[in-house]
Amino acid sequence: MNIRLNALAASTTADLPGLRFGLPVLAAALLLAALTEALVIAPTEAAMGDIQRIFYFHVAAAWAAFLAFFIVFAASVAYLRTKATRWDVVAVSAAETGVVFVSVALVSGSIWARSTWGTWWTWDPRLTTTFLLWLIYVSYLVMRSMVEEGPRRATFAAVFGIIAFLDVPIAFMSIRWWRTMHPTVLTGSGFSVEPAMLPALFLSLAAFSAFLLHLILLRSALERSRQEVTELRRRIGWMEERRS
Amino acid sequence: MWEALRKSTSVTQAQPADGFLASLGFALAIVAKDVRVELRSREALSGSLVFALLTLVIFNFAFDLDGEMKETAGPGVLWVAIVLAGMMGLGYVFAKEKAQGGLEGLLLAPMDRSVIFVGKAAGALLLTSALELFLLPLFAVFADASLLSPGLIVIVILGTLGFVTVGTLFSAMAVTTRSRELMLPLLLLPVAIPLIIAAVEGTRIALQGQSWGELLPALSVLAAFDALFLTVCPPLFEYVIEEMAS
Repeated sequence: MNIRLNALAASTTADLPGLRFGLPVLAAALLLAALTEALVIAPTEAAMGDIQRIFYFHVAAAWAAFLAFFIVFAASVAYLRTKATRWDVVAVSAAETGVVFVSVALVSGSIWARSTWGTWWTWDPRLTTTFLLWLIYVSYLVMRSMVEEGPRRATFAAVFGIIAFLDVPIAFMSIRWWRTMHPTVLTGSGFSVEPAMLPALFLSLAAFSAFLLHLILLRSALERSRQEVTELRRRIGWMEERRS
Repeated sequence: MWEALRKSTSVTQAQPADGFLASLGFALAIVAKDVRVELRSREALSGSLVFALLTLVIFNFAFDLDGEMKETAGPGVLWVAIVLAGMMGLGYVFAKEKAQGGLEGLLLAPMDRSVIFVGKAAGALLLTSALELFLLPLFAVFADASLLSPGLIVIVILGTLGFVTVGTLFSAMAVTTRSRELMLPLLLLPVAIPLIIAAVEGTRIALQGQSWGELLPALSVLAAFDALFLTVCPPLFEYVIEEMAS
């Protein structure tokens, strides 16, 4: 038990210090720059007006969510291969953060759609797939809360995390043959976005990615501290049992 | 038939489990065991049959299936009945093993653990197919649809295969948890929804009597899901069953 606790403590402090302090600073600077670009510098869209500026954060949030779910997948594979708790910690942190970002993407898209399409929601393939993504990873989190902590929960979560991620591309194909009305940003021949808007878009993508990684690191540290406390409590209980 | 199965399994038990034929023998032994248990108790099948029938009746009142809603709601009703009743049956796949210590027996058998999965999934597939054999004619009567379209049969087979494969894996996970009745739908439905959507769309096209070319997108999506689940689930099951026994 001592070894396990020491390993937990070591993994908490062994984080790269550069990432620990550099990442939030980088994320904050990028977010500020992206805000300025998106709200002030980027030109106003001719047809939609200022509501189009949601686009920069909407796309960035959706991108960050996909990145987070890829991290869940990679960490799940790594957990099953190594059975090391730290991968499970990364997976749950990325899943939680990803759900937050996918919620942001859904809500911001809904606000934009209300103004542009005249409806809050439509069962378009991209919207449906994104909503499905939200459902799948909320199920992932609910499932975790229903299984007792330990290797069993970590294994089951990893198995679900792998199937969920592989499921999504086919899900998109499956839903796609309904007609689509969602604007396509990345087409076969390049970006279908006005060049003057690209800096704001790329800055937002970079800012949200850095912010996401920072949140995942924070959440992982929190999860490790929580596990450490649980372990200490268990040891206290064990010692009191021996004394009585 | 049972004699033949028993013979094939007793031959393989004498030698170490290597090679495809030996694995097949083991998988068939598990299927035979599950079918025999089900034929004796009729627990899972009778329960899910009655449940499927109730679902059909309720939807029939909700949607007026022999009227104008037939084409729009019919395929959805059929698949909701299959999925809900099939999920009840899937819940039983590992419940008995867990309750009566069959799991330890399976784990002690000298065979690859993914073979256990293949056997269990094949058993569940037989059970669900039996359910559909009952459900489809009833649906045809209620919705006044023709079942004799090869397209419809292929769609149902492909859809059931993917649903049961991933359902068997999640059933193994659910059975070890406290609230397994809640756990199975929680895991299975979000992952299976796209497959069910493809099956519903395919069923609609097939019931309209359209050509194979029209069915192609639905068939390819279903085949893609089947291929994914069939390749990913058996190796993942090896990790799951390790945690089941503890």
